[in-house]
Amino acid sequence: MPSLKDLKTRISSVQSTRRITSAMKMVAAAKLKRAQEAAEAARPYAERMERMLGSLAAGVSTDSAPKLLAGTGDDQTHLIVVMSSDRGLCGGFNGSIIRAVKKRIDQLTSQGKTVKLIAIGRKGVSLLRREHRDKLVHGFEELVKPYPAFDQADAVVDKIVTMFEAGEFDVCTLYYNKFISALTQEVTPLQLIPFASATEAEGDEEASDLGGAQYEFEPDEEAILKALLPKNLSVQVFRSMLESFASEQGARMTAMDNATRNAGDMISSLSITYNRARQAMITKELIEIISGAEAL
Amino acid sequence: MSDKVAFELVSPEKLLFSGEVDMVVLPAADGDMGVLPGHAPVIATIRPGTICIYEGGSVTERLFVAGGFVEVTQERCTVLADTATPVEKIDAAAAQTEAKDLSEDVSHAKTEDERAKAELALAIAEAKVQAAQNPAYK
Repeated sequence: MPSLKDLKTRISSVQSTRRITSAMKMVAAAKLKRAQEAAEAARPYAERMERMLGSLAAGVSTDSAPKLLAGTGDDQTHLIVVMSSDRGLCGGFNGSIIRAVKKRIDQLTSQGKTVKLIAIGRKGVSLLRREHRDKLVHGFEELVKPYPAFDQADAVVDKIVTMFEAGEFDVCTLYYNKFISALTQEVTPLQLIPFASATEAEGDEEASDLGGAQYEFEPDEEAILKALLPKNLSVQVFRSMLESFASEQGARMTAMDNATRNAGDMISSLSITYNRARQAMITKELIEIISGAEAL
Repeated sequence: MSDKVAFELVSPEKLLFSGEVDMVVLPAADGDMGVLPGHAPVIATIRPGTICIYEGGSVTERLFVAGGFVEVTQERCTVLADTATPVEKIDAAAAQTEAKDLSEDVSHAKTEDERAKAELALAIAEAKVQAAQNPAYK
């Protein structure tokens, strides 16, 4: 049986923990709102980019297409880009994405493929370094700070494109947490290279919309593709960065909400124990006094 | 066919302009390009410069873009800009100092790569100064 003083210190320590978690929850909620707005604001650009690239890709024959569009024709070396957070205390946010990535790594290595990793976010770097130090090519720490910006995505894409041009990998996949709601995030793989149009069927529709009319290109098709493809990569990375950031805030908010609630439960159960102990002590003292008086 | 162009200007951060307009003049890579309703489908790159939106025979809005792409079809015109700002919001003096700083960067650049990057930034800054001082198409 812990003494009254022990109970009191425990209660006050849990109380201060609750204060911290509830403040963190509030901060995450405010950031979530902003992150969600940013993710929504970025959507039109990404959608139109996809539409434009879709109509471009439809008109290009596969053998003359640039490598970023068509790939190297091989799939021996895989590059996996992992989007994680810089800070912890966000529930299963980093754990679930790392788990999915590790599963994918095992799957690929068992097929005899080579895997390389790029991690974004300090948590991802440290979690992957433990087991896959040899595969980790580069880690971006403290990149997304304080909010995701387009040039941050550009830095990542620069690295990816340089590696691709040096022939260091054939297929590039990005893993990120897709924001569904504040409560749920979904680990989503997104193939960056070669370009896989998510709206291929829609692209066909577009073509018939135009009555089969072909686009004219200025200055020319190749130059546009050359500029558009890296741009598209940046947009995709930026978009997933925003999604991931919103997910992180959502996950943190939920985790901190739970922690606050648990701390509350703990405080009330500790208070009950404390009051019982106090009452027992008073009763004990009374009995001592009364029995002392009776003895006289 | 409608006698208006559905014009949209989007930057990675947000949708900047969306609406029906009479005509748009775009700074395409090989020269300015006017888009009227029923324009032939074109995909083009955009150099740093000013996009002018025409309504009823005169320019109603000028927007500075640092580069990007445009997709034109019979009915619509979509610009994907790297960054875009309304011309009246450009601080001419600030743009000028920026251009000056960048021209120093160009002369100080050590590697080929650095030089190319600095030159690109300089071209954007110079176009910005140009846009702020003497707007095209009065």
